Amino acid sequence: MEYLPNILFGIVLIAGIGFFARNVKRLSKSIKLGKDIDLSDNKPLRWKNMARIALGQTKMVVRPIAGILHIIVYLGFIIINIEVLEIIIDGILGTHRVFSPLGVLYDVLIAAFEILAVLVIVGILAFWVRRNIIRLQRFIKPEMKGWPKRDANLILYFELILMGLFLVMNAADYQLQLKGAAHYVQAGSFPVSQFLAPLFQGMSIGDLILVERSAWWLHIMGILFFLNYLYYSKHLHILLAFPNTYYGNLRPKGQFRNLEAVTKEVKLMMDPSADPFAAPAEDAPVPDKFGASDVMDLSWVQLLNAYTCTECGRCTSECPANQTGKKLSPRKIMMDTRDRLEEVEKNIRLNKGTFVADGKQLLGDYISHEELWACTSCNACVEACPISIDPLSIIMDMRQYLVMEQSAAPSDLNNMMGNIENNGAPWPFNQMDRLNWTNES
Amino acid sequence: MSSELKVPTMAELFAAGQQPEVLFWVGCAGSFDDRAKKITKAFVKLLHRAKVSFAVLGTEESCSGDPAKRAGNEFLFQMQAVTNIEVMNAYAVKKVVTACPHCFNTIKNEYPGLGGNYEVVHHTQFLKQLVADGRIRLEGGRFKGKRITYHDPCYLGRANDIYEAPRELIKKLDAELVEMKNCRKKGLCCGAGGAQMFKEPEKGDKDINVERTEQALETRPEVIAAACPFCNTMMTDGVKNKEKEAAVAVMDIAELLAQAEDL
Repeated sequence: MEYLPNILFGIVLIAGIGFFARNVKRLSKSIKLGKDIDLSDNKPLRWKNMARIALGQTKMVVRPIAGILHIIVYLGFIIINIEVLEIIIDGILGTHRVFSPLGVLYDVLIAAFEILAVLVIVGILAFWVRRNIIRLQRFIKPEMKGWPKRDANLILYFELILMGLFLVMNAADYQLQLKGAAHYVQAGSFPVSQFLAPLFQGMSIGDLILVERSAWWLHIMGILFFLNYLYYSKHLHILLAFPNTYYGNLRPKGQFRNLEAVTKEVKLMMDPSADPFAAPAEDAPVPDKFGASDVMDLSWVQLLNAYTCTECGRCTSECPANQTGKKLSPRKIMMDTRDRLEEVEKNIRLNKGTFVADGKQLLGDYISHEELWACTSCNACVEACPISIDPLSIIMDMRQYLVMEQSAAPSDLNNMMGNIENNGAPWPFNQMDRLNWTNES
Repeated sequence: MSSELKVPTMAELFAAGQQPEVLFWVGCAGSFDDRAKKITKAFVKLLHRAKVSFAVLGTEESCSGDPAKRAGNEFLFQMQAVTNIEVMNAYAVKKVVTACPHCFNTIKNEYPGLGGNYEVVHHTQFLKQLVADGRIRLEGGRFKGKRITYHDPCYLGRANDIYEAPRELIKKLDAELVEMKNCRKKGLCCGAGGAQMFKEPEKGDKDINVERTEQALETRPEVIAAACPFCNTMMTDGVKNKEKEAAVAVMDIAELLAQAEDL
């Protein structure tokens, strides 16, 4: 019976991490549904980008208030996780505050955790107020109704509870240390939780142990729960921001990819010696579909982008189309892509590894033509994203499908393209008149 | 002033066995749009003043393919690109300058993958170099103390990280450069990009060029400077929409310099 807590802890830990591993596997399978794209180039720059943008949060502070609050919460969570390591070791070995032999360093660490915990609580409260009281524009856009709004608030509540449990645990521990309870080593300094002493007025050592143990268990179970909540929420960015910034675009933002499948055909058309009636080679692969109408047509990076998006809405608030009341919201492009991807992943899973047509697709059922045609390709959304997500590339891929597979461009654009085809300019002017400006007054 | 500008073509120079220092890529707007043609002429006058050896492709130039690509027509884009590349490679073009950020971006970034490798500069970069080399002196004080705000074209700014060349030129005019609330990386689009120039805007509660013009007018400028023929059109329309065309001029950086030089 003596080892019951250790065994229990082991079971909880393995279950929590096991379930998380299952979700990571599903996640990686989903992302691999995307088309292959080679991003193995320029590793040093990629590592640098990841360090700068994800680890260093350089693009968060473009908006100083949200940026600084975010850095506090981010640092808090990373640093307080050192404490989680101690909790896990204690849980497995049945020790208590196993790092306490660190002495003064331990005191400093615990003190730092406590101060950070308070700062994190302040940050979370500020975030909650911005979403629910001030109701900043970007948090109340149409795509934020229902689950996305609830999800965002749930995350804040979880974090608040975790920080609260951490402080209560320390406070009870400190009281137990003062009372000289067995097993509770004199360790750590408690600049914040010592002021929670009135909560425990008149409690016996037994009661205090009950409080301390409950807080300890709830804290670690809460963390494991939160870890597993990630997969179902917009909060995956705390993990995926790292690969996403690593695989972020390194080319100038104005450079869009040239479709190789098209290059082959264009070269053939321009080759005077090519036989236009030649039968395709026996082993010729089925020609690629041009552009994207569903998630499988996107690249794996675009799908990774979709899972990474935390719906902060900076892209949408910078989007000129959105600012002037058009339907387009770059954030919604990312949310739709993820929703559809999850639907496809589930479909494949339930049908034992094959996708069974469900009469739906990303284009039309999730993202409308109107949204796609409202984009000015100005790159404001791409620039605004703090973690290198590229909504514009998805918009452009879907436009390619509309134009090249469906000939479904707005008629004005068809006129423009007809002009380019016929006379080499988007307007109906003759190419032979291109120099007329030289002799007009 | 003579109404005819001497503009050599690559074909003429080639026939005479000459190779210019730089190809001036005029672009469709610069060739055909009445407003943009003035920018083209201003730039040509500056090239003459600086004694730059240049030529244009003239009737051998064709749309760069940018609007087709942004509209989703990769076929048409690549057809245009490959055709233009064949022409430029036949003339062994090394360096290209253009006053259109869309042509600039496409030729600089998207042509290399299709076999077109050139040093491509935007006219504001080119002019900045000419000023730095003393080939254009900018002695006139015509714009001294005037409030000029600069609108960042998306395809020059965010797309290619060129923010300072046009600003340095404005400062060289002794003008007072005033920034809009959205500038440089956060510059707001004029509404023309992504082939929007050639279609009606989607349903909304405002036109993008009006929104951007309002931001520009907040700086109480005498001149709204642009560096893109399409931005120029959009901002000019915006200023008309606000009935400010008598008080606020929309001008290209090349036009500002040409005026300052009394060209």
